[in-house]
Amino acid sequence: MFGKCNNPHGHGHNYTLEVTVAGEPDPVTGMVLDLKELKEILEREVMQRMDHRFLNYEVAELKEKIPTCENIARVIWDLLDPKIKQGKLHRVRLYESADLFADCYRNGAAC
Amino acid sequence: MAVKIELGRRYRFAASHRLHTEKLSEEENARVFGKCANPYGHGHNYVLEVSLSGDVDPATGMIANLAELDPFVEREVIDVFDHHSLNEDVAAFRDVVPTTENLCIEIYERLKSFPHAKLERVRVQETTNNSFEYDGSQKGKRS
Repeated sequence: MFGKCNNPHGHGHNYTLEVTVAGEPDPVTGMVLDLKELKEILEREVMQRMDHRFLNYEVAELKEKIPTCENIARVIWDLLDPKIKQGKLHRVRLYESADLFADCYRNGAAC
Repeated sequence: MAVKIELGRRYRFAASHRLHTEKLSEEENARVFGKCANPYGHGHNYVLEVSLSGDVDPATGMIANLAELDPFVEREVIDVFDHHSLNEDVAAFRDVVPTTENLCIEIYERLKSFPHAKLERVRVQETTNNSFEYDGSQKGKRS
């Protein structure tokens, strides 16, 4: 089923995460969400949890799951969605490689 | 909270085409298609993006297994188009101009029967500045 992805000691990827937040720009700042704030949320919720970690063993949210691109994207969505208060999380796209990615949308909001 | 998850996979193929139709005069072809109507065609390095949706299998964590998707796309699309002339070698383009819009429709039709997940859309990038998407919602509109 998993081919070489099943090798016993695991393997790594340079993941790329794309986060899209949708909403009305604030009339004063012209921003949907302050990028500084988004960066802090991503650093805290995703980077500190996952960067340079063994996903199977070190990320509590993935403990019972196989860390496929689909499952990691879903975990990231669930971590970010409640933290984004200005605008609404629209899409989480996680690239495992340049040719493989998973997208998460709020159900019914897929474009 | 309900979340929809899609799997995206990219493939690459090189193909040639000529944008030209018998329905227009030579002058009109030249005006509409410009240098893309040059008689011997020209090539592109196309990038195809395939998006699938479906339940993430709790046992495998997957919407679709790439070990099944990749050979399917290879057989249905890459083997047929790669290093071929779209006009001369692909029956669907005998009487249909092989624009990237029409190429999207043809690829969608070829891939929609993938048995293990739902085909959401195909996106074809003709150059880094041109891309087109088709999600099956305008069936029969090909011209």
